[in-house]
Amino acid sequence: MDITVNILLTIATAATPLLIAAIGELVVERSGVLNLGVEGMMIMGAVGGFGAGYLTGSPWIGLLAAIVVGALFSLLFAVMTLSLATNQVATGLSLTLLGLGLSGMMGTSFVGQPGQRLPNLDIPGLSSIPVVGKLVFGQDPVFYISIVLTAAVMWFLFRTRTGLTLRSIGDSHTSAHALGIQVIRYRYLAVIFGGACAGLAGGHLSLVYTPQWVENMSAGRGWIALALVVFASWRPWRVLAGAYIFGAVWIGQLHAQAFGIPIPSQMLSSLPYLATVVVLVLISRNKRLTMMNTPASLGQPFVPDR
Amino acid sequence: MMRLELVKRPQRSALFSVLSPFIAFALTMVAGAIMFALLGVNPLNAFTIYFIEPISQVWQLHELAIKAAPLILIAVGLSVCYRANIWNIGAEGQLIFGAIFGSIIPVVFPGFEGPLVLPLMLILGMFGGAAYAAIPALLKTRFSTNEILTSLMLVYVAQLFLDWLVRGPWRDPQGHGFPQTIQFGDSAILPELMPDAGRANWGFVFALVAAVLIWLLMSRMLKGFEVRVLGSSPRAGRFAGFGFNRMVFFTFLLSGALAGLAGISEVSGAINQLQPVISPGYGFTAIIVAFLGRLNPLGIIAAGLVLALTYLGGEAVQSALGISDKVARVFQGMLLFFVLGCDTLIHYRIRLIGFAAPKLEGAPKLEEAR
Repeated sequence: MDITVNILLTIATAATPLLIAAIGELVVERSGVLNLGVEGMMIMGAVGGFGAGYLTGSPWIGLLAAIVVGALFSLLFAVMTLSLATNQVATGLSLTLLGLGLSGMMGTSFVGQPGQRLPNLDIPGLSSIPVVGKLVFGQDPVFYISIVLTAAVMWFLFRTRTGLTLRSIGDSHTSAHALGIQVIRYRYLAVIFGGACAGLAGGHLSLVYTPQWVENMSAGRGWIALALVVFASWRPWRVLAGAYIFGAVWIGQLHAQAFGIPIPSQMLSSLPYLATVVVLVLISRNKRLTMMNTPASLGQPFVPDR
Repeated sequence: MMRLELVKRPQRSALFSVLSPFIAFALTMVAGAIMFALLGVNPLNAFTIYFIEPISQVWQLHELAIKAAPLILIAVGLSVCYRANIWNIGAEGQLIFGAIFGSIIPVVFPGFEGPLVLPLMLILGMFGGAAYAAIPALLKTRFSTNEILTSLMLVYVAQLFLDWLVRGPWRDPQGHGFPQTIQFGDSAILPELMPDAGRANWGFVFALVAAVLIWLLMSRMLKGFEVRVLGSSPRAGRFAGFGFNRMVFFTFLLSGALAGLAGISEVSGAINQLQPVISPGYGFTAIIVAFLGRLNPLGIIAAGLVLALTYLGGEAVQSALGISDKVARVFQGMLLFFVLGCDTLIHYRIRLIGFAAPKLEGAPKLEEAR
C-alpha cells in the first residue's frame, strides 16, 4: 500500500511542472498566440528560482523569483511578436535557444551547490491519515497551486466575460479588433501569464523535483507541455489528465530502470518523447476534432490598423 | 509611456532587406558589450578575444571552416523548408542519424577499405538523415500531426539512441570502457583540403556546393518557385496544382539528407569515431543561420561563418577569461532575436507614439484580406 502511495506521489510530482506549463500555454494559445519558447522560459525559471533560493536561503523567495523570471522572459517574446509582429514560430524557437544558453551561463556557479527544497505540506493529524492523508494533505505546495490554477483557468476561460473575450480574440483577431477589443493588450497579458506559469514550472523542477541546478534540467518538458495543449485540444481538464498520463510514463520508465528490467535504459528514457509523438498522432488523426478546437487565429501575426 | 505602432510599407523595403542583418549584428554587439560589462570584463578586451583572435591565423580559419560546414549544410536545407512554411526543427536528430548510418561501414565492416568506402558512407549518411526526417513528414501528411513537435521530440530519441549504440553494441572492445566506437580506418576519413595549412576537410566544400545548388534550385527552377508559392500562399499553390503533401516530403527529405550529410562529414572528417555527443547543437544553431542568412543560400554561407565564429569565440573566452562557453549560445540567441526584430523594418515603418497624443488619420482602412 505504501509503495502505491509513494508511486502516486512521485507521479504527481512529475506531472505538476507539465501541468502548470501547459495550462499557461493553453491560455496563450487560446488568445491566438503560439509561444514555442516554453522550454526556454521554463529553464530560465529553474535557474532563477534555484539562484534566488540559494542566495537568500529561502525556497519561497526562489519560487517567487522563478515566476518573475519566467514572466519577464516571456515579455521579450511579447514585444517581438505583438509589437513588432515577428514570426511567432521563429521567435518562440529563439526564445528557447536564448533561454537554454542564458540559463547555462547564469548557472555555471550553481552547479553542484546544495539547493533549497520547498517543504511538503504537513497538517498535523490530517497528513497522517493512512493513504489519503499523504496524497491530499502532504504534498508540495506547488502541487496545490497547479490544481487551483487549472480550476481557475477553467473558470476564467469558460465562465467569465473576460475569458470569453480572450477566446474570441484567439478565434478571430480581426473581428475582435473591429468590436473595439484591445487585441494586443489581451495578448500581452496572456503571454506574460504563460511565461509566469512556465517559470513556476521551472521553479518546481529546481526547488521541489530535484532541488539542485543541472544544465538543461527541463529536458524537453517545455516541448511536452506544448504537445499536451494540442493533445488536450485546448481544454484545461484534458491538460490535467494528459499531464498525469505523462507523469506516469515518466515515472514508469524511471522505475523500470531501477528494477533492472533488461531493456536498455536509453530506450526507456526515450519513452516520454516517443509517447508524445504517438499521442500527437492519435489526437491529430481526428481532423474534425482538432479543427473544431484549434483557435482559428493561432500563430498569425496581427497588426492593428487604425 | 511610449507605444510602438507599425505602419505597413506599400512594398518591402529593399534598403532594410540588405541592412537588417547588419543592424541586428550591431545590436547584438551592443547587448554583448553590456553582458560582458555585467560579467565584470572589459568589453573591448572580451570582443578582441571573442571575435578577432580566433581568426587571426590561417590554421584558425580552417577551424572556422570546420565549424561552418555543418551549419551551412543544414541551414540551406532548412531554408527551403521555412520558405515553404514547413517547420523542420529536428535537424539535430537527422544529423545524428546521418552520422549513425554513415558509420555503419567503418564500424561494422572495418575490413572493407578502398576508394568506394567514403562515397558509400556519404550516401548512407544522407539516406539516414532523410529517412529520419521522413517520419515527421509522413506523420504530417498522413495524420496532419504538427511537424514542429514531432521533429523536435525525435531529436531526444536520436540522442538517446546514439548514446545506447556507443555504450552498447558499437562500443570499441579495446576502448578501455570509454563510450565510443573504434577509430575509423584511413579510407573512411574525409581528407583534409590543405593538410599543411590546417584541419579543414571536404565538408566545407560540400557545404559551399550545396548552397550554390540550392540557390539555383530556389531561384532558377520550377521547384523553387513551387516552394515559394506554397509558402507565401498555400491557396494559390493549390490552384496552381502544387501538391502540399509532396512539398512536405520534398522539403523534409532534402533538409534531412543535408543534415545527414553534415552528420557523417563531421564524424568522418573531424571526430573519426562515434561518441555519445557528436554535435554542439549544430542542428539548432543552423536555424539561426538560416534566418540570419535571410533564408537565402548565399546569405547563409556568410551567416554560417559568423555563427561558426561565435562557437570559436565562446571557446576562446572560456580559456582566456574563464567565462562559460555558454556565452556562445547567448550570442546566437540574441542574434536571432535581433534579426527577427529588424526584419520587421522590411515590411513596416515603426512609429513611436506617446499615450498623450491620440491621432486620427481619416477613416480606418479595410483590413487586408488574408
